[in-house]
Amino acid sequence: MSIKQQVRHFILTNYLFTEDPSKLADAQSLMQSGAMDSTGILELIMFLEEKFAIKIADDEMVPDNLDAVDNVVAFVERKQAAR
Amino acid sequence: MSTRQRLSWAVLNLDLEAEATKIANKLREMTANVLHKRGLVVAISGGIDSSASIALAVRAVGKERVYALVLPERDSSEDSSLRGVALAKHLGVRYEVQDIAPALVGIGCYKWRDEAIRRAIPEYGEGWRMKIVISGGTEGRFNHFKLIAVGPSGERREERLNLQDYLQIVAATNFKQRLRKTLEYFHADRLNYAVVGTPNRLEYDQGFFVKNGDGSADVKPIAHLYKSQVYALARHLGLPERITSAVPTTDTYSLPQGQDEFYFALPYQQMDLALWARNHDVSASELGEVLQISTEKAQFIYDDIEAKRRTTQYLHRPPVLMEEIIELHLQV
Repeated sequence: MSIKQQVRHFILTNYLFTEDPSKLADAQSLMQSGAMDSTGILELIMFLEEKFAIKIADDEMVPDNLDAVDNVVAFVERKQAAR
Repeated sequence: MSTRQRLSWAVLNLDLEAEATKIANKLREMTANVLHKRGLVVAISGGIDSSASIALAVRAVGKERVYALVLPERDSSEDSSLRGVALAKHLGVRYEVQDIAPALVGIGCYKWRDEAIRRAIPEYGEGWRMKIVISGGTEGRFNHFKLIAVGPSGERREERLNLQDYLQIVAATNFKQRLRKTLEYFHADRLNYAVVGTPNRLEYDQGFFVKNGDGSADVKPIAHLYKSQVYALARHLGLPERITSAVPTTDTYSLPQGQDEFYFALPYQQMDLALWARNHDVSASELGEVLQISTEKAQFIYDDIEAKRRTTQYLHRPPVLMEEIIELHLQV
């Protein structure tokens, strides 16, 4: 599975209890849409660190990196490229 | 065109006597005619909110109909219990002091908490003290939590908590508030009294309470008041200076911990003004001018307020039913 597929699958099944891809748009804000709250963000960070073997620094925990599927995928790709 | 005055610290000023009278009258009326109880139970921590609340309860129903509880545990500061007892004596109410530590030991509170702490800081043990600190929201980042522990020789460790450990520490610590509430309702049931909840507006709005713990109550007389208004009201009600000058703490962890470092983005005076400003559609730039911070930082504070409100919805939500039972709709 691609990074995007893995991230989408995690969000759909873990937060929304569904596998219906139409329930999650790649550009939608996860916080504003109610899909995720502050605890959910911490859970996402733990998932990304374990799944993609990256370490997310405090100053990287910003909406630009984590508040939409598109943002998350681009962020993980940047982190992996920087290794 | 808006007629709102420019934002200033004066927006939080209250007619204190009128406010105290209004609350006392409503509290008395609600206790008798809505809750149908004979008096009020108030757990007092020595902090400003519970102190103001019990003083209002006394004004509402009289000192003979108020029962105070002082419920310390291992991590409570000794001074908070002393302040609680001094307040009960000052007000002339009946009171009881019960150390809840043995019950917390029995239920596993400290064991569960320390197990999670040791996953983050393996050397944590006898003689260590700890607290949890919030980080991120005021810098435009997502909030996360750090564990700070200090060993017997003064060595200091700081670790970002992963979700699992954070949740376990908080869940174990929440035993404290929930056990206190169990005791409050024991005495309320035995006396046929109602339980007074003591959150101020900041706490009620931003979710600084434990669901089914200190968030549970029959009546919350100061939930509409900003914390600086509660301080002013407490002084107006003539509460002892050692209470009205106390710095707000959580009194929950073994290291001294301010409420602002645990939960709120700013010290309470600034947080009050930020919340008032948010509630009155004041721009981030205008808030920034008064708080002497940048517009960007003021906007981060607004964003943090909204993020906490979203999280707080769950805390306020009653159980979700699969169908509405309209026959049970309550009349106030």
